[in-house]
Amino acid sequence: MKTMALFSATAATVIPRNLAIASSSKHFLAHSLLPSFPRFVSFPTPKSNPRNLRTVSLQSPRAQASASPSPSATFHGLCYVVGDNIDTDQIIPAEYLTLVPSKPDEYEKLGSYALVGLPASYATRFVDAGETKTKYAIVIGGANFGCGSSREHAPVALGAAGVSAVVAESYARIFFRNSVATGEVYPLESESRLCEECRTGDVVTIELGESRLINHTTGKEYRLNPIGDAGPVIEAGGIFAYARKSGMIPSR
Amino acid sequence: MASSLLSPSFSSFLRTKKDLPLYAFSSQRCFKAVPKRIRCSVAAPQRQPSTTGSVRTAMTMTEKILARASEKAQLSPGDNVWVNIDVLMTHDVCGPGSIGIFKREFGEDAKVWDREKVVIIPDHYIFTSDERANRNVDILRDFCQEQNIKYFYDIKDLGNFKANPDYKGVCHVALAQEGHCRPGEVLLSTDSHTCTAGAFGQFATGIGNTEAGFVLGTGKLLLKGPPTLRFVMDGGMPDYLLSKGLILQIICEISVAGATYKAMEFVGTTVESLSMEERMTLCNMVVEAGGKNGVVPADSTTFKYIEGKTFLPYEPVYSDQKARFLSEYRFDVSKLEPVVAKPHSPDNRALARECKDVKINRVYIGSCTGGKTEDFMAAAKVFLASGKKVKVPTFLVPATQKVWMDVYTIPVPGSGGKTCSQIFEEAGCDTPASPSCGACLGGPKDTYARMNEPQVCVSTTNRNFPGRMGHKEGQIYLASPYTAAASALTGYVTDPREFLQ
Repeated sequence: MKTMALFSATAATVIPRNLAIASSSKHFLAHSLLPSFPRFVSFPTPKSNPRNLRTVSLQSPRAQASASPSPSATFHGLCYVVGDNIDTDQIIPAEYLTLVPSKPDEYEKLGSYALVGLPASYATRFVDAGETKTKYAIVIGGANFGCGSSREHAPVALGAAGVSAVVAESYARIFFRNSVATGEVYPLESESRLCEECRTGDVVTIELGESRLINHTTGKEYRLNPIGDAGPVIEAGGIFAYARKSGMIPSR
Repeated sequence: MASSLLSPSFSSFLRTKKDLPLYAFSSQRCFKAVPKRIRCSVAAPQRQPSTTGSVRTAMTMTEKILARASEKAQLSPGDNVWVNIDVLMTHDVCGPGSIGIFKREFGEDAKVWDREKVVIIPDHYIFTSDERANRNVDILRDFCQEQNIKYFYDIKDLGNFKANPDYKGVCHVALAQEGHCRPGEVLLSTDSHTCTAGAFGQFATGIGNTEAGFVLGTGKLLLKGPPTLRFVMDGGMPDYLLSKGLILQIICEISVAGATYKAMEFVGTTVESLSMEERMTLCNMVVEAGGKNGVVPADSTTFKYIEGKTFLPYEPVYSDQKARFLSEYRFDVSKLEPVVAKPHSPDNRALARECKDVKINRVYIGSCTGGKTEDFMAAAKVFLASGKKVKVPTFLVPATQKVWMDVYTIPVPGSGGKTCSQIFEEAGCDTPASPSCGACLGGPKDTYARMNEPQVCVSTTNRNFPGRMGHKEGQIYLASPYTAAASALTGYVTDPREFLQ
């Protein structure tokens, strides 16, 4: 696929297996998105904005002269904190569901409406007025994140807006499945109630290999739960990639 | 019948015992030694091992359905298996996205795995001038024509729903009415309330676009077998209670995440006394407790309902006597009172009578949860008992064309031959609207009965999270049709016993 070419030259030897494939599954939805917002690979750019740190940093080709064997993917950026039972109507209100996620321009529009359904008690907007992307690479939630409707538009909107990962105390199952199947956001579970420990705007780093979240603003570290059964599917790059890998459907 | 989109090697894949981490191959061989007694020249007959040659532990009906559908003798909760899908349904909101993924992954010229197992039902954003919403129905039509999909309940004339002979309305009610729900089967759909079909003793759950695209091509999906929570409901159902009240009680009991990743099995004398539509209401809100699927064992009520609607063979399954359940909850239904779910959560339970000071602005009766024929009959019963007019705008949205017809034709008991529609008219309700999902989920801004102001609404729908019916500050009280009608009559949240006793 066209978008994978951006990674393939370096990906073959450098990008840890799980990340390379995870990024390919994400980006088949966002052909036009990739050049502007490479979420999975951090390339130094003249436009890089300290406020806009939302990229995954990998070991760069130069630093990987003697690459460590285990993948050490990280997510880094500002976090946006929400409470319990954030349902899919709050993540993407029903009136926007006429947008079809598999159409690239409508995919972008979905991103601009991510979390617009949150009540007024959330003083800080997730996506600023007039913007199509969010400043916040990581969403931190409470219990039962993504409950309600099965609309896949929910994880898609978050991913299209620029979210790399969600760290919630627990998930509703359909949202979790959709996150895994699409590869749009990495759904992580925390051991403790991070929604009470972190504040919107804190700078955080998630180290997947260490199952750890570091809040640089408070200086605290937290354990994350292992991904569990969904691991192989996420690592393969979503349900289609997993099925191809296991021989269930033919490779392309 | 196997789709050409499956790898040729896959047919034997399920039967190989490759050591893959996600697959639990739990069959074990059990051979019993047979003593040979040679007393004469005729050898004693060898005892055959049991039919499958495997040891089987007791299973719940959900486990059995998934075991059979994944061609395994045994399934334990937590097992991840590739399941053969009997019916895949989608609608106008998620269909286009699922189709997009299907074509992208399997190719523009790919064909669905089985044109008779895909059911496409436009129902969500139908009677609107929203161009994208209308375009989405066109996308469904183009796909159905290209794939020669057998079951597509199309609509073209938005100005007059009756001019569309194929159009049905709300997908979950249409699935039941059109005979697509059969005991023992696996039904998936791109909608959270797919669990409604569990009322027919089948495994039914909601999935997203990507997984639906996968099923379209392969007819299979990777599913994890859930453990089961059992709800035993006994006792005579009081005549002021409906199954909407039962499920609201249960959701509050276990919370909105109490059944996450679990199956909810409903048994007991009360459940056995429920009609199919009442059982559908019960299973419909399983997802509001986080449940993966809900099931009611099939019985004569089920068989009678499906007779004449479906002509495909089916084989019901039942939980084994010794099946293991994660927990069991027992309810004496005769002791329950009408309840509502207050804003803004389906588990925010309160007794209806304790909310009698809550002034309301409107009442909404509709949706897959509370817009079926019996739901309207129930509301009509309350209006009839009162004889008075409603004090607030009362919106009625029949779920399907058939429900709309019933509302206009079936006489309400004790009314001297009046139909629901006549009773509604006399009570001053709005005229029953075109059948669709309507304002249950807000929808495009011009959706009939959408809440565009911050009002207080009593509704027979399924969710009341902020903004659900439109306005973010809208306050939604979820209730049974009895409670909704009673509330319409007083202008306050009202216990239906005010009128029914």
